[in-house]
Amino acid sequence: MSEYSIETINIRRTFKIDRMARKDAGRILVALDDVNLQVKPGELFGLLGPNGAGKTTLIRILSTLLSPTSGEAYLNGIDAINDLKRVRPIINTVSGGETCGYGILTAAENLRLFTELYGIPWKVAKPRVEKMIHVVGLDKFKGVKVNKLSTGMRQRVNFARGFVTAPKVMFLDEPTVGMDVNAAREIRDFIRNWQSENPDCTILLTTHYMAEADELCDRVAIVDKGTTQGCDTPAALKKMVQKETALELTISGDEPVPEHWHSFTGIVKLVATPNPSEKVTGIRALLDSADASGRFINEITSTGRLLLDLRTSEPTLEDVFIKMTGRRLTEVSDSKPGSEE
Amino acid sequence: MITGVRYFLKVALARAYVRIIGAQRELSWIIGDTLLPFLSVAAYVYVYRAMNAPPEYTGFVILGGIVVTFWMHMLWSMGMQFFWEKEMGNMALYLMAPLSRPALLLGMAIGGIFMTSTRAIMIYVASRFLFGIQFNITEPMMALAVSLATLLALYGLGMMLSSLFFIAGRGIFYGMQVMMEPVFFLGGFYFPVKQLGMMVATAAAAIIPVSLGLDALRQTMFGAYDSALFTPKTELIALLVMGVVFVYSSIVILHKMEAVGRREGKLFLKNQ
Ligand SMILES: Nc1ncnc2c1ncn2[C@@H]1O[C@H](COP(=O)(O)OP(=O)(O)OP(=O)(O)O)[C@@H](O)[C@H]1O
Ligand SMILES: [Mg+2]
Repeated sequence: MSEYSIETINIRRTFKIDRMARKDAGRILVALDDVNLQVKPGELFGLLGPNGAGKTTLIRILSTLLSPTSGEAYLNGIDAINDLKRVRPIINTVSGGETCGYGILTAAENLRLFTELYGIPWKVAKPRVEKMIHVVGLDKFKGVKVNKLSTGMRQRVNFARGFVTAPKVMFLDEPTVGMDVNAAREIRDFIRNWQSENPDCTILLTTHYMAEADELCDRVAIVDKGTTQGCDTPAALKKMVQKETALELTISGDEPVPEHWHSFTGIVKLVATPNPSEKVTGIRALLDSADASGRFINEITSTGRLLLDLRTSEPTLEDVFIKMTGRRLTEVSDSKPGSEE
Repeated sequence: MITGVRYFLKVALARAYVRIIGAQRELSWIIGDTLLPFLSVAAYVYVYRAMNAPPEYTGFVILGGIVVTFWMHMLWSMGMQFFWEKEMGNMALYLMAPLSRPALLLGMAIGGIFMTSTRAIMIYVASRFLFGIQFNITEPMMALAVSLATLLALYGLGMMLSSLFFIAGRGIFYGMQVMMEPVFFLGGFYFPVKQLGMMVATAAAAIIPVSLGLDALRQTMFGAYDSALFTPKTELIALLVMGVVFVYSSIVILHKMEAVGRREGKLFLKNQ
């Protein structure tokens, strides 16, 4: 058996764009471009990447719902592309923001249904169902039909649904997407606890929240435009930008910033995100030294644009992403005040 | 882990259970699925009475009304089941699981038959109570055999449609609508199908199992032998053959569709 719990070899997936749907119809879209991953047993591995990076596509391939255009994948040594019968019993997936099952059944009945679909005998499944109901905090709602539960609770039922089959390899696709800060924290705590109680369960988690990857994952790979890079512990990745300072600015005007700002002395990488509705532009810049910031701010004001806000911070995984790709993880308009990013 | 036949049955029953328990917990279907069909049955009864049609026509209409509920259910619930599952987000979860796909189809059909049968009984009881029907059951065993064979053929067709529409998008709604009305006519739900002429009737019977089933039931339960298409025995055999062919094709098609869907990225809604 392979020493890895998840191993992908040159996984590639293309889609043909639908004929009528778009103007670039007929074009081939490369969703994944030779992805190579090696995840060790019991690891919590994160894929950090922006919208459209290919995260969900990779998870669909690994969870047998989509075949790759080319490449190989192995889960606990089993061929996940061809040996579906053997690989399916050991995997499961939870996608954040989704619900599952039938509104007409209670949470416990839905969980039981899914254990039956996995051929788990009721005497094994029963204690698990009870435990999962408790773990996701639904004890009080045990006998309530799912269509009477709030969306948040139904998402928790869906979480329980994924774990109740005790998968050896678990895929979590943006598990906290769209959740408020507290709900997201509960989910993260749950994932951490699950792994400490089930040390042989390998988890592959995708996210576009850099804090989530940083806080939760043993190792992280950066995904962008269908390729992965980096692939190291969050601490090691952040070392790549350790010597640098991150500067977060808001300046007036939503017109594009001058081209030469990107190559301004002392600037390693700069991303400008215009916000037309407020007629401002957000800038995140990685500087190689603290005194470069003074010169850069002078440069900005000399163009007549006003400096509305300025913050410096320790470089984060987001800056690793910026350094590698020249783009931000999330659109600035995406991170509303109060959200975690 | 449970394996083999036990696993197959467990999956089928687990899926059927959702339907069966659902019917008991939410009773709103009684209005939509029983009262409304009953009203359309009643309309035909009065039309026939006004025309001084023979009294057994009341029975035909009620029988037709009952079969209509089966047909509608087969189309909208069974035939479109995978579409609904996809909309609800369950489809990917089912397909990711190691379960047998035909077991899932079978479970849907069992649950469906259970649900529709309760409806049929309610329509029957209400009609009988209000209009009175005179049965003339000439061949009770044959009547039973024909009923079961009709269910087999009908739900076999449902399984096949479900498989055919496995990876279909929303366009399937139009397809279903198109199928509904002409089939009501060709299927002879409210009149002996032979009145359409032998050619049309045979052609209709070849694709719409309920039309054969109805014809056989009219003969065995009402003694309506003059207006019959074929003998009940011929119709029984035809229904059984249809049932087996439909069920078998549904399994073949389903596996094929899943393979295509997996290759083309159609097993899930795109924007998730
Ligand atoms: N079934 C499909 N047909 C056509 N294109 C697809 C399909 N599935 C995904 N894509 C395209 O592949 C690319 C990668 O999509 P994917 O959903 O994997 O990204 P993601 O990283 O999960 O992003 P998100 O944050 O939006 O979930 C996108 O450009 C997407 O439009
Ligand atoms: Mg995604």
